[in-house]
Amino acid sequence: MEQEQPTQSIAALSTKLAAVVVGMFVFAIWIMPPIYDVFCEITGLNGKTGGQYIAVDAGVDTSREITVQFIATNNESMPWDFRPHVRTMKVHPGEEVEVNFFARNPTSEDMVAQAIPSLVPFKAAEYFHKTECFCFNRQALVAGASADLPLRFIVDRDVPKQVHTITLSYTIFDITDMSQDMLNDPKVASVP
Amino acid sequence: MAHGPAKGLTRWLYTTNHKDIGSMYLWFSFAMFLLGGVFALVIRAELFEPGLQIVEPEFFNQMTTMHGLVMVFGAVMPAFVGLANWMIPMMVGAPDMALPRMNNWSFWILPFAFSMLASTLFMEGGAPNFGWTFYAPLSTTYAPPSVTFFIFAVHIMGASSIMGSINIIATILNMRAPGMTLMKMPLFVWTWLITAYLLIAVMPVLAGVVTMMLMDIHFGTSFFDAAGGGDPVLFQHVFWFFGHPEVYIMILPAFGVVSQIIPTFARKPLFGYASMVYATSSIAFLSFIVWAHHMFTVGIPVAGELFFMYATMLIAVPTGVKVFNWVTTMFKGSMTFETPMLFSIAFVILFSIGGFSGLMLAIAPADFQYHDTYFVVAHFHYVLVPGAIFSIIAATYYWLPKWCGRMYNETMGKVHFWLAFIGLNITFFPMHFVGLAGMPRRIPDYNIQFADFNMIASVGAFLFGAAQILFLWNVIATIRSGKPATAEVWENPEGLEWTVDSPAPYHTFSVPPEVK
Repeated sequence: MEQEQPTQSIAALSTKLAAVVVGMFVFAIWIMPPIYDVFCEITGLNGKTGGQYIAVDAGVDTSREITVQFIATNNESMPWDFRPHVRTMKVHPGEEVEVNFFARNPTSEDMVAQAIPSLVPFKAAEYFHKTECFCFNRQALVAGASADLPLRFIVDRDVPKQVHTITLSYTIFDITDMSQDMLNDPKVASVP
Repeated sequence: MAHGPAKGLTRWLYTTNHKDIGSMYLWFSFAMFLLGGVFALVIRAELFEPGLQIVEPEFFNQMTTMHGLVMVFGAVMPAFVGLANWMIPMMVGAPDMALPRMNNWSFWILPFAFSMLASTLFMEGGAPNFGWTFYAPLSTTYAPPSVTFFIFAVHIMGASSIMGSINIIATILNMRAPGMTLMKMPLFVWTWLITAYLLIAVMPVLAGVVTMMLMDIHFGTSFFDAAGGGDPVLFQHVFWFFGHPEVYIMILPAFGVVSQIIPTFARKPLFGYASMVYATSSIAFLSFIVWAHHMFTVGIPVAGELFFMYATMLIAVPTGVKVFNWVTTMFKGSMTFETPMLFSIAFVILFSIGGFSGLMLAIAPADFQYHDTYFVVAHFHYVLVPGAIFSIIAATYYWLPKWCGRMYNETMGKVHFWLAFIGLNITFFPMHFVGLAGMPRRIPDYNIQFADFNMIASVGAFLFGAAQILFLWNVIATIRSGKPATAEVWENPEGLEWTVDSPAPYHTFSVPPEVK
């Protein structure tokens, strides 16, 4: 009987398999995380809210009222005082509202912080638009300084009917170590 | 052929012979099995009674982590690669593996990886203590300094697995004897072919996830750090995208082993060969789309919970096909109960129990109760111990006479089986009860209400551990002074490996056999 000839040599096959290996490695590091971010932003998964929203005047729906609650949390060793001025408020869909969070750096060090939002119910995340948010930027406070951090938002008119309460949570992280550039910038450090 | 093995230590260092490398893999994995077993016994000794008696909680965490890592990556995976090395060339009628030098390398980097991993136990800050799933930020922000050694150890074992898989695929696809079509291959070869593809697809993802950890820890990136815009939940997605196929990597070759052994001792051909092949392929495919069932409680949308719940339950279908085929193979067979058969029957029964508890865990709303409890521990030990480990032991008893040309002591084998069988059920069955009652996993101390079942489990664990010493003794005694075995060893077993002498000559099938 004739020896069955493999369609490709061992070297060619191994090279292809090695290419799959490299491809999957690249996929894990460079493709999965961005896809995950985009996916979360589209679906509101993990309560991720989007970036800056350009307001369009769609009118205010005064027939509905949504309760918006604000939560401020300090991540582990973050020593700042951090809290919303208003803990809960009622808004109409389509109405642009401004609220402020209070932050104070009680330490004797200049520090930089980053606030990370999360919103429940996840379904409402894509209907919660921020036209201005302190979470878009790193926040620097020199030792002992305090500041009011602004947030402007619109709850979309199309927010699902079953949503009556939206809870927006900010966790504040100490990122001083990664943000030395910001502290060295005289403009930033002198703001408060 | 007159050419035999070289003499001395360099035979093992320089060997490119698939049988030598297979043996080294098997011995290595047995050593790791004992090491991981010692870690497990430390855990069970501490859990013998409520309260802290023997070890500090920090050390207890290191033990659970190291037990998992060593058993998964050091014991089960290398054992299957060892079996593949020994058996695949002989089963497909090839003279050796396709890439023999790479084969040598893929084995010899393993001892370095595990020396590095084990050495973390003696480092300042201790060994990794974040569980074998090493969730960020436990494994990044809060990790002991030794985490970097853990990361590189994982890189090396991943490289070893990837090279092993490329070798196995190349051997199976290119080196089959004339007439050995794909659908004539023994099932062990089929299951390994599919496993090797799984390994190639997901081991790089594991390498990727530890690389991201490395960069987060040392190079200021924020893949998993919310402060910098990353997300710890991303870690779990990437990890389980590797981790779920990984659990099938540990069980598919076991399916193959059992599908070889049961027909031999039932004296009937395997029922439903083709459906076995398709079932294995379906399980492999499904394993890629169910990963989030490990993460039902992280907060995924209802649609996601439902998708992953249904997809997970779908896996029960091909698995059911397999169990049905094994049972039907035994049905009306002329069964005898030699040690490999005992382990294989126990595999079918106990693996099914593990499968059923898996189905319970797949129910998303119920999983909120079971999540991170001892019920999960009971589940995966029921699929891994009587699943993966029993099949490896069964394979060892089944093929050991072929490997060393001598017959093992059947009585001692049966005693080993019954001690292991009883020991494992005493150890893991009560864990279902304490888990359902709410005992969390990875905790060194527990509420007094769980005391009785934990004491029973600990007794069983020591019995199971002691039984393995008998196994080691039996294997060594067989190699040194067992009765000579015939070439066939068993009664009319199927497969090319039984057509060569026992012990298998150093070089087999230098001339390809004819397969009809």
